[in-house]
Amino acid sequence: MFSVFDVAVLQRALPFLWNGMRLTLQLTTMAVAGGLALGLVLAVMRLSSVRPLTWLVAAYVNFLRSMPLILVIFWFYTLVPKIIGRSVSGFDSVLIAFIMFEAAYYSEIIRAGISSLRRDQISAALALGLTRIQAMRYVVLPQAIRNMIPVLLTQSIVMFQDTSLVYVVGLRDFLTSADIVASRDNRPIEMYLTVALVFLIICFSASRLVNKLRRRYAL
Amino acid sequence: MITLSHVSKWYGSFRVLDDCSMAIAKGEVVVICGPSGSGKSTLIKCINGLEPFSKGHITVDGISVGDKSTNLPKLRSRIGMVFQNFELFPHMTATDNIVLAQQKVLNRDRATARAKSEELLARMGLSEHAQKYPSQLSGGQQQRVAIARALAMDPIAMLFDEPTSALDPEMITEVLDVMVQLALDGMTMAVVTHEMGFARKVAHRVVFMDQGAIVEDAPKEEFFGTPRSERAQLFLSKILQH
Repeated sequence: MFSVFDVAVLQRALPFLWNGMRLTLQLTTMAVAGGLALGLVLAVMRLSSVRPLTWLVAAYVNFLRSMPLILVIFWFYTLVPKIIGRSVSGFDSVLIAFIMFEAAYYSEIIRAGISSLRRDQISAALALGLTRIQAMRYVVLPQAIRNMIPVLLTQSIVMFQDTSLVYVVGLRDFLTSADIVASRDNRPIEMYLTVALVFLIICFSASRLVNKLRRRYAL
Repeated sequence: MITLSHVSKWYGSFRVLDDCSMAIAKGEVVVICGPSGSGKSTLIKCINGLEPFSKGHITVDGISVGDKSTNLPKLRSRIGMVFQNFELFPHMTATDNIVLAQQKVLNRDRATARAKSEELLARMGLSEHAQKYPSQLSGGQQQRVAIARALAMDPIAMLFDEPTSALDPEMITEVLDVMVQLALDGMTMAVVTHEMGFARKVAHRVVFMDQGAIVEDAPKEEFFGTPRSERAQLFLSKILQH
């Protein structure tokens, strides 16, 4: 059994794998935060009554949602340094790519969450003398966020899995680190099984959490 | 206090409001009735600018509602509005529903706003429900909280958009009682309703609308005696049969 699955190999590789996982987690959290912020701005722009803004955002969203993520990663890896005229770290370019890409998805989720509120909820807020921004902040968003949290989390789980694509620009995320050990020590079974197990545990518990939230916050 | 002159509104080519003119004096209670789709709700939503209108003028306390330079939020904060489906904010307790705009719009401090909320909930007979969420309250209780929320802003007038039509029959009375008391206290009110008992009891005038136009605008006695228009007679005979 030990010859098939060598735990010692795994133990030796742990610090290296942990470094990879740290990069994966860092990238995920930063991309989720940035994607949510940009997605919120995009959603509000698309819901505004300013026609050119809504068209612009619609074009952005539809365009990015039609692109494979890996292509977007490639673009930003080659484009961003050219646009700003100096070299950018792999991490930064990938982070920007993820933020811009995820924002397209998040903005649609947020827009759906906001649109699902009855129009008279906004009327009621406005009738009390709240400004549109106050109505958004105190009445619409708190309700809309409850509706969208499960979907946003699901999207974030997908994004967590997608971070493994940074492999293509040579960043050492969790999967890439495991891959390096696998070829260096010639232990692919240990490494790839471990990666699968870790992804399974993280994503499965996260989606259990989503279901729990869905039940608790159903308005 | 509220005047509408020659107000018209189109949705595309469909005319929702057709040259509506009327005035509501301070302390006056006006009941607006008419068949569904006649434009009653649209008309009162025009008064606080929730619905834009295409032509005509509306003034509230001398301020023009349609004027671009008018500070609409400020004007709206002085006019209370009660909706058919209550429209309480479901993520807030009854108290927080009543406190929110007092703090954010009138800049009252939290203690003052809460005291006001307590006083109003007591007046509505809802003191023990202060910390409940809307989903834990019956329809009648929710609508009374909604009335308290509007009153907390110390409005100069109150608009009611079919306040009892989403309620079960046994809850209609508890809401109407509150509204009657409000009318007797001298509040200026515009009420879209089919509750003719309420109109009989406290209305000064009854306005009858049909197909977007004000067909009849008469003192209560006159309206219930013999409405001048045939359409109003027909409408009355239909809803008073029950």
